[in-house]
Amino acid sequence: MLHNDNNIAVKVTDLGKAYRIGVVEEKEENLSAVILKAILSPVKNFRKIKSLKNISSEATGKDVFWANRNISFEVKKGEVLGIIGKNGAGKSTLLKMLSRITEPTEGRIELVGRVASLLEVGTGFNPELTGRENIFLNGTILGLTKKEIEERYESIVEFSGIEKFIETPVKRYSSGMKVRLAFAVAAHLDPEILIIDEVLAVGDAEFQKKCLGKMQDVAGKEGRTVLFVSHDMAAVKNLCNRAILLQHGSIVFEGSANDVVNYYLQNAASITSQSNLDFSQAKGNKNFVVTDIEMLDENNNNIQIAESGRDFQLKISYETKEVAINPVVIILVKNNLEQVLFTCLSRNSYNGTMQLNSQGSIICNIPKLPLLSGLYTLDIVLKYDQEVTFSLENIFSFEVEKGDFFGTGKINDDMMNGMIINHNWVIQ
Amino acid sequence: MSDSRIVTVVDAKNKTFFFNFKELIRYKDLFYYMVLRDVTVMYKQTVLGFLWAILNPFFQVVVFSVVFGTIAGIKTGIAGLPYPVFSCLAIIPWNYFSSTFSASSNSLVNTAGVFTKVYFPRLIIPMVPIFSKLVDFFISLIILVLVMGYYQYTPGSNWYLFLLPLLIIILSSAGLGIWLSSLVLQYRDFRFAVNFLLPLLLYAAPVAFPALKVKEKLGNTVYELYALYPMVGGIEGFRSSFVQNADFPWTLVLISGASALFIFISGAFYFKKMEKHFADVA
Repeated sequence: MLHNDNNIAVKVTDLGKAYRIGVVEEKEENLSAVILKAILSPVKNFRKIKSLKNISSEATGKDVFWANRNISFEVKKGEVLGIIGKNGAGKSTLLKMLSRITEPTEGRIELVGRVASLLEVGTGFNPELTGRENIFLNGTILGLTKKEIEERYESIVEFSGIEKFIETPVKRYSSGMKVRLAFAVAAHLDPEILIIDEVLAVGDAEFQKKCLGKMQDVAGKEGRTVLFVSHDMAAVKNLCNRAILLQHGSIVFEGSANDVVNYYLQNAASITSQSNLDFSQAKGNKNFVVTDIEMLDENNNNIQIAESGRDFQLKISYETKEVAINPVVIILVKNNLEQVLFTCLSRNSYNGTMQLNSQGSIICNIPKLPLLSGLYTLDIVLKYDQEVTFSLENIFSFEVEKGDFFGTGKINDDMMNGMIINHNWVIQ
Repeated sequence: MSDSRIVTVVDAKNKTFFFNFKELIRYKDLFYYMVLRDVTVMYKQTVLGFLWAILNPFFQVVVFSVVFGTIAGIKTGIAGLPYPVFSCLAIIPWNYFSSTFSASSNSLVNTAGVFTKVYFPRLIIPMVPIFSKLVDFFISLIILVLVMGYYQYTPGSNWYLFLLPLLIIILSSAGLGIWLSSLVLQYRDFRFAVNFLLPLLLYAAPVAFPALKVKEKLGNTVYELYALYPMVGGIEGFRSSFVQNADFPWTLVLISGASALFIFISGAFYFKKMEKHFADVA
């Protein structure tokens, strides 16, 4: 038995979750439709409704969708496991099963020790209640007892940094204050197994730092096990010992966090969610469009991962129906929080008259790439004759590795936020 | 949180029919804070606050007394029992039943944002109103004291028997609430059904008239079947326990009690059976 094996904290065997789609949702939503159909074909409906409740591992057919299938893994005590994969790969369903929010269709989960899951911070906060009242409500929802919260209360309030407003209804809080309070409670759960989903994707940079720090604390403690889902590859690499990569609901790659993240990035074009390489979804009149995007290094070699501080070229292949004179090319570079960091606007930075014939490529050259390590995405807009001819958000995503931006031999470290700009110091 | 003896096993093959009572007890503090939240939030940002718990039944008693007591001329069936006292003794437990039933029915739908994000025993959710609405119930007893005082009516010596019918009312509102909460979550149609059902249930219950009228007009068999509706024994029993020279309606109370218990237990089992689908249909 599992609880005799002292080393294993989480054991998942052949886990699968099937949903019925289409037909079923109609049933679930509207009773009158069910009744009408039932009158028309009672036998057929009876079978259908029965099959809805008893969805089994043998379930097949067009209306059955397996969000997860054949998932098996073990997590040792004290290990931090990263779970990565593109949107729709089944990460959330897996976490929901591990957190016992939804039941698996097949397979088995064994968890040793108390489990706390943070799929969202501030679950169950009531705006009418004060901060203090919400600490107790939210804490008990997350599985603490009254006594445990009382013991941690001082520390929670201190961590949140909102002592002054603790007796004020939460509806008067700013959104930042709410998140701080919510995270303060979450940070004091101190379970043996912690399940975290994208919590780090909310809040400002300072708050993210605090979360990461706290996660490191939890992970560093003896015997604490963390399951961590994120799109932030740098965070996965930093925090996790091991990782699994999900694709179409199953594990496609498993190994050390570094290996998995690298595998994921190398296959980014086919796996990464942010890349929207289906250009047909672009808006605009399509007279002048993007057909391909590539990344090049300073020697015009194709690259999969960019490096901070190294010359960087973005090669945009285009097609135009007529000769375009002075078209406008706009590239927006966004971080993983969807914040625009900077814009490359050809109208201002292209020197001379740009003339584009039927097809070719435009290269945008960014000397000394001023981005910190992380995942970035691009929006591209093409304009001609005052009209948008092509516009696509998240058209391309790429990973940036740490690098020696300043040529000092020191690679940029985690103390930095935002972007890097060239600067120097003078001592007098 | 350092008890590593806790082992959680989720197995798709295991079909459990019983509640995990150990787990329910572990979450008793959550239950407490959810009740506290409901009570605190109920009258926040109101001027009259808890006075509403008194004003509401007061106006109901006035309207019932004028419409049914004076205009329709319904007799209380007991010598010396003024109609306002008679109706007040039914309106107060009815209000508890109807507010609990409707809050409990909608409770799962209203907290979908919580139980799809965190796991805790979901049975807690529809059970919360049972306790939070008791606060209103006990406050509204003030009206009863005032009405009785105004008519200088002294309650009978067996008044403490009211606890038994009160238990029936609690059980039946909880049972119906548990049934409906999981039905409403799956088929939103039931939300409308509850709204139109409540007034009908009010007319059907012996609130405006004494239950004995049913026996008088429709015979004993119907009278006993009537008690399968748990609010019959609940309200008639509640009222009789405070009334002088009234026989406590043991038959009604026993039939209604059994019916309420059945509704509660079957509701809990249905809830347990459907619980695993909640996060998927919410």
